[in-house]
Amino acid sequence: MSTAIDIRSVVKRYGTTTALHSVGFEIGDNEFFTLLGPSGCGKTTLLRCIAGFEDVSEGQILLFGQDIAGLEPNLRPVNTVFQQYALFPHLSVIDNVAFGLKMKGMALDARRARAGKMLEMVHLSAFADRMPAQLSGGQQQRVALARALAPEPKVLLLDEPLSALDLKLRQAMRVELKSLQEQTGITFVFVTHDQEEALTMSDRIAVMSQGRVQQIGTARDIYEGPVNRFVADFIGETNLMEVDVTAISDGMADVILPGGHALRCPAAATTPGRHHLSIRPERVSLADGGEVTATVERVVYLGTDVQVMTRLPGGVPLSLRVQNSARIAIPAPGASVSLHLEEGAARLLAD
Amino acid sequence: MIGVFLLIPVLLMAVYSFLTKEFRGGVIWDFTLAAYDQFFFNRGLFGDEPPVIEWTYISIFWRSIWQAALATVACLLVGFPTAWFIATRPPSQRSVWLFLITIPYWVNLLIRTVSLKFLIRDNGPLNEFLMGLGVITDPLPLVNTNLAVQLGLFYSYLPFMVLPIYAAVERYNFALSEAAADLYAPRWTILREVVLPVVKPGVVAGCLLVFVPSLGAFLAPDLLGGAKTYMIGSLIDEQFKGSQGNWPFGAAVAVVLMTLVLIALFLQARAAAKGARE
Ligand SMILES: Nc1ncnc2c1ncn2[C@@H]1O[C@H](COP(=O)(O)OP(=O)(O)OP(=O)(O)O)[C@@H](O)[C@H]1O
Ligand SMILES: [Mg+2]
Repeated sequence: MSTAIDIRSVVKRYGTTTALHSVGFEIGDNEFFTLLGPSGCGKTTLLRCIAGFEDVSEGQILLFGQDIAGLEPNLRPVNTVFQQYALFPHLSVIDNVAFGLKMKGMALDARRARAGKMLEMVHLSAFADRMPAQLSGGQQQRVALARALAPEPKVLLLDEPLSALDLKLRQAMRVELKSLQEQTGITFVFVTHDQEEALTMSDRIAVMSQGRVQQIGTARDIYEGPVNRFVADFIGETNLMEVDVTAISDGMADVILPGGHALRCPAAATTPGRHHLSIRPERVSLADGGEVTATVERVVYLGTDVQVMTRLPGGVPLSLRVQNSARIAIPAPGASVSLHLEEGAARLLAD
Repeated sequence: MIGVFLLIPVLLMAVYSFLTKEFRGGVIWDFTLAAYDQFFFNRGLFGDEPPVIEWTYISIFWRSIWQAALATVACLLVGFPTAWFIATRPPSQRSVWLFLITIPYWVNLLIRTVSLKFLIRDNGPLNEFLMGLGVITDPLPLVNTNLAVQLGLFYSYLPFMVLPIYAAVERYNFALSEAAADLYAPRWTILREVVLPVVKPGVVAGCLLVFVPSLGAFLAPDLLGGAKTYMIGSLIDEQFKGSQGNWPFGAAVAVVLMTLVLIALFLQARAAAKGARE
């Protein structure tokens, strides 16, 4: 896979605050790459550096091998779906979508036809002649998407493009965006703070926090092999607890769980001592004769799942998810249960 | 309520324009169209010849419209960049800049116009300075020219252009410029295709606020201009002064002027409504 975007130790400072601390990674051509992180971690800042709205303070960004420092935004083969849409208020929906085509010198008929197609794709054909102010937030977001896709850029930057949509539409758009990306071969750099969105759509994910990339990998890598507490906690649900590590070798650690049970699990840490252990709730099951005993504290009904919150001996909380199935008896609060940690449930973190 | 007080003088003026003039100023309550007849038609020295179109006043109107339009364009060319500059300063500095813009306007308009005349007269500071530099050998004859009137109008009404445009640019969402740049628009295209259409209401308001008072201005043309730069404002002004005055005629000129302004406003409003629908 060739490289579309090569980000080399980029630092971005705004006065005294540093929004990006030496961020570096490569995004492959035709990759669906996601920047995932909480609000304020620098996702938009990084996108703006790629699009050319901000100059990097240090480092380089290469687009298909070419250093783009100093290249004006209008000369970069990159389009953006803005977080706040930024639709042109004086142009109708179809003229908004056709704007980039007009700038590229496409004739009126051709660009109207193409813009019409794009609107069809985002299910807004009926709204072609409306003004942006007459659309709902979700509709505006879809216009922004169509507008950015119309000129067929080599790279599409999407800044939380689905955040204003309701759940049903968001789910439908996820599938559509993904298949669109596969069809067009455009490299997508997708920003979100919604981990579910990131996990379902991305080829690879960069998890960011406080201006730093914490981990890069496929959804599976990151979910099952988080390197640190931030990633483990941010991606999915997890139980974090401090444990004693007696030995570490070859990426496997021997740890003592609260309550005294000894466990062998994969480790990101490399030295024995006290470390954090992550236990995924869905990999813990209720099992007669399980190795861990705990006391049920609360049971939360979630529809497809039931969350059982327990405490290990010594008061350390451990919650688990069980499928809401007729075959499984859900224990009542106060009951003592025995639990089984499945393969890959636990992972020792680096920090 | 306030509308009534605004309407009364206008109605009064309209009524006076249909009255008969009294020779030492004032009116006689005899209804007649004489004032309008005098404005539009020439019936010879004794009023007994067949009427032909009277061009004197129409050409004064025409010249005034030109002068006002030129002043509006000048104010726009300077006012837009100025407003843009102020609106793009950090918020804490903006009010300082606006304050600086308005300082000259604390001085009475008459005094400002007279000072301008002193500045540009033959042995005034401007000419002395230019001759001192050796740029010119003889003083530039500025007073009593169209240029002087333009200067006066420009100087009198510039803030009326700057302030509404400033208000519009300040509200402008600069993410729109970024979106346009992202979609391959170069700088000037962004200005033409996105910025100007979005801040247009401010620009239109500024142009009206400069054009309308420029059209009826009399201080600048009176003090800085001469016989060749005579404008409507002076014509009206004269009709209400001394024994040479003609109140109904002055009122009639004012009514014609107001009608023109209203037509202009109406056309503008219709164009704006049409623009909004598109
Ligand atoms: N123009 C600016 N001037 C100063 N600081 C800025 C500027 N833009 C962003 N920042 C700071 O940089 C950091 C990263 O901001 P950024 O907008 O990239 O966050 P984000 O990850 O996109 O967050 P969100 O999910 O809320 O959109 C924040 O701490 C923010 O306050
Ligand atoms: Mg953001």
